[in-house]
This record gives sequence, C-alpha cells and structure tokens, in this order.
Amino acid sequence: MSEKDVKNLEEIFEARIARDEKIEPKDWMPEKYRQTHIRQMSQHAHSEIVGMLPEGNWITRAPSLRRKAALLAKVQDEAGHGLYLYSACETLGISRDELYEQLHSGKAKYSSIFNYPTVTWADMGAVGWLVDGAAIINQVPLCNTSFGPYARAMVRVCKEESFHQRQGFEIMLTLCRGSEEQKAMAQDALNRWWWPSLMMLGPTDAESIHTEQSMKWKLKRKSNDELRQQFIDQTVPQADLLGLTIPDPDLKFNEETGSYDFGEIDWEEFWQVVKGHGPCNKERMSARVNAWNNGEWVRDAAMAHAEKNANKKIAKAS
Amino acid sequence: MKKNWPLWEIFVRSKNGLEHRHFGSLHAADAEMAMENARDVYTRRNEGVSIWVVESKNITASNPQENGEMFEPAQDKVYRHPTFYDLPDEVKHM
Repeated sequence: MSEKDVKNLEEIFEARIARDEKIEPKDWMPEKYRQTHIRQMSQHAHSEIVGMLPEGNWITRAPSLRRKAALLAKVQDEAGHGLYLYSACETLGISRDELYEQLHSGKAKYSSIFNYPTVTWADMGAVGWLVDGAAIINQVPLCNTSFGPYARAMVRVCKEESFHQRQGFEIMLTLCRGSEEQKAMAQDALNRWWWPSLMMLGPTDAESIHTEQSMKWKLKRKSNDELRQQFIDQTVPQADLLGLTIPDPDLKFNEETGSYDFGEIDWEEFWQVVKGHGPCNKERMSARVNAWNNGEWVRDAAMAHAEKNANKKIAKAS
Repeated sequence: MKKNWPLWEIFVRSKNGLEHRHFGSLHAADAEMAMENARDVYTRRNEGVSIWVVESKNITASNPQENGEMFEPAQDKVYRHPTFYDLPDEVKHM
C-alpha cells in the first residue's frame, strides 16, 4: 500500500469514528489505533487482576459472613472484568501470554492505586467507596468508546461495578454509626485513600500526553481534570453524610462555579508510585508472578488431560 | 513444548424465546472447562439459561475488506422490499 493509500484509509477511518460508527477487530485500522488500544485495554485488564490482591487480603478476616460473601463476590467480579478486557484486547491480535508477560516484566502498567496497602477492615469500605467510585467515573464514558469489543466489555463492567461502590459505602456507614474506635478507623481509611483516589483520575490536563488523540478516538470523553472535579463534587457530600472529614484543608465549595475547590495534589508521590516505588509495588508483582508460575503445572495438566480425552474419543470412533 | 489453552467463543441464551447471543470469549483446555468457565465469567447474575461454547478456530468469518462484493449486491434490489410496489391508497390490509 502506498503512503497515499494509507492516508486515504486513515481519513475514511477517522470519519467513521466521527460519525459514531464502531470499529470492529477485523476492520482496517491505523497501527497507532491498534497499539493505543492494546496499551489502554491491557492496562485496564491488569488493573482488575492486580486489584484483586489488596482486597483478597481481607476475605478470610471479614467481620461477618454477609461481608465475606460480598467481598468474595466483588473480587470474583474483578477477575471477571479482567477476563472480559483481556479477551477484548486479544481481538487486536495479541495473545494472552504476551499480555501477561508484559505485566510480569513491568513493561505494562496497572493502576497505581493498587500499590497502596489495605491495613484495616475500614480500607475495604474506603476502597469500594472511593476507588471504585473513581473507577466508575473513568469507565462510564468508555461504554461509548469507538472500539466495539472494548465498549461491549465496559457495558458489562459498569453494570456490575455499582454494587462494588455501594457495598463499600455501606461498610463505611456501618463503621461511622458504630463505636468511637470504629468511626476513627473509617476516618483513618479516608485520610489514607483520599489523595491516591484523586490521583487515579490521571495527571492534570497540562501533563497528560495521550488526551488529544484519545478524545478523537473516544477512548476519552472528558479530560482528567474534568473527571476529577466530577468525582470530588459527588464524593464530598457523601463524606458529609458519613460525618467524616476530607483530609484537605483547602477544600471549599465555590458558589461561583458550583464546584469544590481543592488543594494541591502531590504529583511527586504519584510519579514515584508509577515508577515502582510505592509501598506495595514489589509485593503485588511478586504475588502475581508467583501465582502464574506456581499455576503452570495445573495449566499443563489440564491441557494434557484434554488431549488425552480427545485422543480417546478419536480411538473410540475409529 | 508449551501449549496454551485454546480460545473459545461463548454464546448465551438470556431466556427462553430469545436466540443465543455472542457474549465474549475465554481460554479453556477443553469444551467442558470452557462451559464451566463461561458459567462463572458470563452468567454470575442470572444472565442466561443456556450456553454454547465453540472453539474460536472453528468459526469462519467474512472479511470486512470484501464487504463490497459481499453485501453491496443487495443494495440495488429494491424490488425485494414491499415499498417498491405502487398501490392505490384505497387498497387496505396489504
């Protein structure tokens, strides 16, 4: 194909997206579109998978059977979300093994928030309320993204995600209506998760390198700063309802804009965690790599068993 | 030699009276495992009453690059549609 042909195809392609047409895996697409989607979708899938680890930490120690069943279901959903996203990503011609390899070697990233530890039960509440809350804000616009398999996976993910946030808020509410110590535990969890949750919505618009192209391809419908403002505006009243204080002395309702003004985010911390220097980066990756390596014999055995059965069937038929 | 679990396409009937619809795909060693995994991955909230699993390599798909030859011939056959035929307004129930 000549350069002119490619340019022509690209124009047709961009026009299709502008008309809100969906792109399906076997359609022609610019190489950059494919690569960007592999990067974003796999990063999203990895986040779901690594995201199981901080919560898995509390399954055996949940305070009641009700809480345990809910937490198990939530973690199982996250495994499911990871799987929807991995298979959507594989339609672009990359294998599951390559995707895992990218995660395990550190080539691919996952959401930095999961590099923070979950030290008390209240963290299960704060994670559901804030981390899933921020994730929903990020994810809802993706239900209309241009790549068909991604959009379809996101519709399913978003449907399931709202239970996650509600169960988190319920945990917080129960703690806040409990003893002094329980309420203090809830406040402590909010103090530790608030700022990392704001960082989850990504670098400020000025620093964000992917925004413009991503907007065009509908991988993004709103900028990071807009999403962050939306998250803050909807979360502050929820904290008030809980009777908790958001750990930001500069947080103030602005009558003029109808939004909350907020303090400076410590981006230095954000980039440190992204670069691998967060409190749990090493622990998360080693848990993940060990699970994969230690499971290898099970995967091989299942494959050997399947082959044996298939051969038996052939022998019987002949 | 290392062998990866093959890919399976999952089709789910949400309720009787509706057709099976493509829900997504997953990896499994064999059909039985694909069925079990499909239940856990795609029907955790009563999304289905019946599941089909088909190994992806057994699906032959049309090529979008040939959509012209494939689908355009239907475009100029307007006489296949009821609106092609001119009838006076007085004709009822047709």
